[in-house]
Amino acid sequence: MLSRVGDSLYWMSRYLERAENTVRQLDVTMGLMLDTSDTSAETRWQRMMASLGNPEGMEWNGDLESMARKLVFDNLSPVSVTFCVNGARENARQVREEISSEQWQRLNRLYHQMHSPHAQAQFRTSINDALASVIDGIHLFKGVSDTTMIHGQGWQFIRLGRYLERAYATATLLEVYQADMFQEHEQDHSGYQYLELVGLLRCCTSFEAYCQVYTADLSPARILEFLLLNRDFPHAIRYTVDGIRHAIESIQRTGGRRPPEELTAVIGRLHAMLGYTSVGEILAGDTAAFLHSIREQSMRIHELIYRYYVQYSIQSALAT
Amino acid sequence: MSASQPVEMDSLFGDYPLDNAFDEMREATGEVRPHYRALAETLAGLPQEELQRRKQSADLSFLTQGITFTVYGRDEGTERIFPYDLLPRLVTAEEWDRIERGLTQRITALNHFLRDVYSDEKILNDRVVPRELVYSCKHYRRQMRGLQVPRNVYIAVVGSDLLRLNTGEYVVLEDNLRVPSGVSYMLTNRRVMKRTFPQLFHSYGVRPIEHYPQLLLATLRSLAPEGRPEPNIVLLTPGVFNSAYFEHTYLARQMGIDLVEGRDLVTHDNIVYMRTTDGLKRVDVIYRRVDDDFSDPLIFRVDSSLGCAGLFNAYRAGNVTVTNAFGTGLADDKAVYAYVPDIIRYYLDEDAILPNVKTFILSEEKQRKHVLANLDKLVVKAVGESGGYGMLIGTQSTARQREEFARQIEANPRNYIAQPTLDFSRAPCLIGNRLEPRHVDLRPYVLFGDKVNIVPGGLTRVALERGSLVVNSSQGGGSKDTWVLE
Repeated sequence: MLSRVGDSLYWMSRYLERAENTVRQLDVTMGLMLDTSDTSAETRWQRMMASLGNPEGMEWNGDLESMARKLVFDNLSPVSVTFCVNGARENARQVREEISSEQWQRLNRLYHQMHSPHAQAQFRTSINDALASVIDGIHLFKGVSDTTMIHGQGWQFIRLGRYLERAYATATLLEVYQADMFQEHEQDHSGYQYLELVGLLRCCTSFEAYCQVYTADLSPARILEFLLLNRDFPHAIRYTVDGIRHAIESIQRTGGRRPPEELTAVIGRLHAMLGYTSVGEILAGDTAAFLHSIREQSMRIHELIYRYYVQYSIQSALAT
Repeated sequence: MSASQPVEMDSLFGDYPLDNAFDEMREATGEVRPHYRALAETLAGLPQEELQRRKQSADLSFLTQGITFTVYGRDEGTERIFPYDLLPRLVTAEEWDRIERGLTQRITALNHFLRDVYSDEKILNDRVVPRELVYSCKHYRRQMRGLQVPRNVYIAVVGSDLLRLNTGEYVVLEDNLRVPSGVSYMLTNRRVMKRTFPQLFHSYGVRPIEHYPQLLLATLRSLAPEGRPEPNIVLLTPGVFNSAYFEHTYLARQMGIDLVEGRDLVTHDNIVYMRTTDGLKRVDVIYRRVDDDFSDPLIFRVDSSLGCAGLFNAYRAGNVTVTNAFGTGLADDKAVYAYVPDIIRYYLDEDAILPNVKTFILSEEKQRKHVLANLDKLVVKAVGESGGYGMLIGTQSTARQREEFARQIEANPRNYIAQPTLDFSRAPCLIGNRLEPRHVDLRPYVLFGDKVNIVPGGLTRVALERGSLVVNSSQGGGSKDTWVLE
């Protein structure tokens, strides 16, 4: 497959994952603001921004609706949902011949949905419905991607984009939350902490899955364990790293070129780190550093994928 | 109107005007031509609502398939649905036979001409075509002199534009020998029409065109460099902002080949590679949809980022086939066009089967004077342009436009030619609920590899505005399916 095509598919998928993450966090944060806890709206907004990477131009102005509107529709801000959907569609348009018609139509529909006056109107009447319909659109796209596309290299690049973005976003989210949540060990019975924890899980669509594994007995340590180390839940970081590993293996198998040892080593190290560490060890040690290291390693994987599959030098390619 | 026709025909035709122009469907007397009779009867027998329903379903089909083209010069909404007409244009077997023979003859001769001009220059030495005319052509490529082209095929993919005069005779208006487009519309039109009028299609016995991508692939394969039995064939596109990008993606998908941009290609030791996720992969045949000028910044325009540096040298070394060859625009220059009948006679010793349109060469003083005195009756065209740009239609022009063109002609006579305003044929189109005649041309697609191959059909372009003579899609034209009958 052409490197440019792999690149476009990868970014198409990353952008959609990013859009979905932003929508979900906004939805959860706005839900939490309904309860009268001690935490102010501004603090919540800032926390959400921190977990979205502290984008510029999204400073709290005191009006939730206008802030939310900006985060969804401001297509000049690289963090906005519209910006991400535009990016995904533009990338898809450049590889129109590689993706299925169903994929293109779904993405196109989502794009037009974001830009229609109807979307703005719906946002006014019910923000929740508006956000839910964006998520629906993204889910439909993912569904047809899995069912209508050949599961070859292109599809693997889509998975790489999805999982790398998810690993990075989840690690960032946990890093932001860990400061005030995983440090306190005494149980708070006011109910507000319960809501906070549910919120964190819902940011990763993992509340129901968590309950299936641990019952509704929410504890910060278990939540950390679930979101970091669970091997069966698609939003847990360990699962996504497994996914990255499989995608790279599959690309190598179909392409017949061995991935560089550096890339397999970085992925292998991260995989082992998540596979052979217990949550007790993580909490006893420097939790923030552990989470930060996950972020750095996913960035490193991204760079190596680029250097090896997309922007390699001609000399190095001719040598092999 | 003849009394033998069913009553419904009256309401369908309404005030369908017949005049001097040849009408594809009706004789001068108003009688429906025999081969159009089944179509007319089907239309007359369909309730209005049913016709509109089919129209809507066809619309939807174009929309969801994303059959679009790009209009330049607008910030927003640059992707447009290609307008089309629901009714097929019918071509009888005899008509097609003449077209096929005529085009085969013409393309063969033009290919001889290109090979000769870029090597021995016999035709110039024999003064059949003026040397100055060739050397002053904007698309003449000095770099092609003495270069051996694979199988001596310069023009593997051609789309020539035909018109039908009021005598019913087909003439060639122009040859597109560089990067002709539109074939994807021919193919998608057919797909939609088969779904819209399945019974009618079946009863007519229409010759198939769907194998065009396969023929194109075979043509490209036949031109691969020696010693490359499993050639890697790619389609080179300028990218997503090109007006024909839809067609590029469509053809690449139909042929199962990679769609590459200049930035995907690199050359090393005169070999062209494409960058893949598995490393560099050698490229053997490039079906080029990028103009000469933009193909290689080392040889042609230095400011182009669409092409691939080093491509031309790899081509010269015979390591890669690029088709169409560079410099083929020489032979579709509108002034060289005037000499095509002589070119055919010179190389093939035959008379042209498909005649030319009368063309005035403005670098010749006598002809120029005549043209300048009659600008209001003639059509003036810039020789190196296409797509309906750089054109003056005398009968529909203002005095100021004519003055402007006269000035430009005086300043650079070689750059223009003039032709009489042609009253070319009209075909019935569904406009609202009625049939109305609109001017049409016909662009068949010719493939030239081991031999000349023409799929029976082509793109019939329609000037959708009443009375308009301009059929180019960039200027508000549309298209209709073309049925060549058994």
